[in-house]
Order: sequence, then structure tokens, then C-alpha cells
Amino acid sequence: MVDKGTAAIWKVFIVLSIVTLAEVLLGIYRPEFLTVEIFSGLISLLDLTFILLTLYKAYCIVWFFMHMKHEYSNLRLTITLPLYILVPYLIFILLVESTYVRDILKL
Amino acid sequence: MQTTTYTEVISTRALWGGGRRPLGASYGKLMMWIFILSDALTFSGFLAAYGFSRFKFIHSWPEPGEVFSHVPLLGGGYPMIYVAFMTFVLIFSSVTMVLAVHAGHQMRKNTVVIYLFLTIIGGGIFLSSQAWEWYHFIKGEAGALQLNDGSIVHFVKPKGVRNDEPVYEKISLDALSGSSGRAVTHTLPELKRAFEASPGVQLRMANQTVLPHSQGDAVFAHAKAVVRGANLVKNEYGLPQFADFFFFITGFHGFHVFTGVILNVIVFLNVLLGTYEGRGHYEMVEKVGLYWHFVDLVWVFVFTFFYLI
Repeated sequence: MVDKGTAAIWKVFIVLSIVTLAEVLLGIYRPEFLTVEIFSGLISLLDLTFILLTLYKAYCIVWFFMHMKHEYSNLRLTITLPLYILVPYLIFILLVESTYVRDILKL
Repeated sequence: MQTTTYTEVISTRALWGGGRRPLGASYGKLMMWIFILSDALTFSGFLAAYGFSRFKFIHSWPEPGEVFSHVPLLGGGYPMIYVAFMTFVLIFSSVTMVLAVHAGHQMRKNTVVIYLFLTIIGGGIFLSSQAWEWYHFIKGEAGALQLNDGSIVHFVKPKGVRNDEPVYEKISLDALSGSSGRAVTHTLPELKRAFEASPGVQLRMANQTVLPHSQGDAVFAHAKAVVRGANLVKNEYGLPQFADFFFFITGFHGFHVFTGVILNVIVFLNVLLGTYEGRGHYEMVEKVGLYWHFVDLVWVFVFTFFYLI
């Protein structure tokens, strides 16, 4: 007996599996055309691909497995807005400072 | 999926006084979400700190694909395979969990029992896999030489050419001294003799430059110790910070998985006892389900930033 909800869950599982498989294959073979650095050497195209695929997986898990999609938008924003604001700030400040420390200590 | 419509008019004061549910979720579920928010910030802090150290030591940070390449029964040289298996186990246990929650909404007790049981099994497999990986990381693989400045030198041999650049493979201390793969504690003079007797072996410094065999004497003149395996102060794969972050982040995540398995077992027993049947709803399954999905979510990020990039 497969109802509509169950079928949707398996669909999300298939999507997550395909994305993970793609990540693993890219991680093993590291194709040459993806290893180019973009944004003036800030990140390689391959790493950017990994990060975007990861964010997509996170969206699938939170929105469909944790049923965030069906919550009130009040609850959605209460939980996600602090993350949208604080996490990019944290990443920005730490990564900028890390390169500064590296340059100043000549590591 | 709240479809309740309130026909009465309620004042803003009553709404925010706690009488109604402005977020449309029960107290327990809401608090689980708030906990997940704070925990997500904690893990963001850990991973961002990892990024800080990695960029700070970008010239000597170990290559994750080289560190985690062991597969049970097959040995080393297979990067990603084992950790991909762990990721699939966790994603699959997340699916069985959400199926249990779904069955709970429909009050199908037996289906909830089956799927919760599968989720617990999945968590157990993940935890044992992690224990196995820790064991290999701590035990070490090839072994290395540590210099006076604390940096790690690996013994390598040319293996081929990729993208017009030579590729090297690590030579273990055991292979170097011709011993039979049993754990032998090498002393520095012993290791130096073994190195001098193997002319094809070169030295890879911490910044990834490879020195020819003839410069071995100059390197050994600064040698401090022979390092095997990893702990919080020594790490044969490279910087000790790498091992510290590995133990701390995967350890903290593993602790979350462990907690999740315990919560799942408690809820599983309660489902068997009919507690939620009596209560009229399976919301407790939903609440531990949220926690379990969050654990899976964190692993998705750990997987990317620790093993892929």
C-alpha cells in the first residue's frame, strides 16, 4: 500500500541518493575541467559544485523530511532567518581573517 | 498541515500571551526546532573554525582523500568509498524515520514499529562505521617523520603523471624497512638506515614539495621523531590541527547520533507499549524524527567540508 505521501518520501530519497552519488564520483575522479579556480582564485569550480549540491541536499532534508514546507511561514522564518544571517557572517569573518593571519605570519 | 480556521476574533495581546499558537506548532515541537537552530549554529561554528585553520595552513593542510582511503577487507587506496557508504546509511535511516513519522500520522502502529526499528539499526551501523574509521585514523597507516619544527615528512615514490604533474604514492615505514606489516616501533637511526638502503624513495615535505633521495641527509639532520597514527598532539597525516578537528567535529556529531539512537530506542519502546496509541497521536515520533533528520543534515555538511573539499 503506497499512498501519496510515502511515494513523495521515496522520490526525495532517490534525489538525495543521486546527488550524493554525483558528489562521490566527482570527489574520486576530480575532472580536470572542474579544477579551475574562479572568482580570482577564491574557490575552485569543483568545490563550488560540492557546496551548491550540499545546500540542495540540506534544502531537501529540511523542507521534505523535516516537513518545513508544511509549517507556517512564521515558524519557517523563526528557524531559518537567524541561520541565513549569522552563518554567512561567521564564514565571511573567519575566512577573511584566516588569510590575513596566514599572510601576516608568512605561513 | 494545519488547516484549522479560527472564526473568533482574538486580540493581539491574547495571541502573543500564549493562549493561541502563532507558529502553529505544539510547544514540544517548537522547542525541538529552537534547539535544532542553536545546535545548527554550534556546528556552523565548528565547521567555520575548521575553515579558518584550513585556510590559515593552506600550504600544508593534509589531502583528505589521502587520509581516509581505507575500506574494510580491501585495505587502503580507495578514497571516498567508505565515507560514501556511511552517508548512504544515514540518509537511508532518515528515510525510514520519515516513513515512521508518516505512518504515525495515520496511526498505523505496526508500520511505525518496523520503520523505527530500521532507523535504530541504521544508526547502529553508522556508529560502528565511525568507530572503525576512528580506529584506523588513530592507528595510522604509513607512518611519517617529524622534524624539529613539528612538520611532517612522508616517504614517497613516483607513481605516474596526472595533469602534466608527477603523482607520488606514500611508502609506509614497514615497507621501507621490509618488515612484515606488524607494528614495529622504529627509532630514528633505524629509519635512517632503511631510507639510505632504498634509493628510489623520496621525501615529501609538509608543503607538498618532493625532495630527491640525495637530500635525505639534510632532512634527517633536523629529524625529531618517528610518528605513527594520530592523537590530539601528533598526527602522521600532517598538522595536528587536522586530527584535532577530525576528533572534535566527527566526535561531536557521533555523540549526537548516539543520543539520537537512545531517543529512538526510548520512543520505540513506548510505541511497543502503546503509549502514543493511548495518547491519540504519535507526535513524539515526529519530535525525535526532527532531531534524527538534523543529525543527518549535519553529516551532509561534515561529509562535504571534511571529506570532499
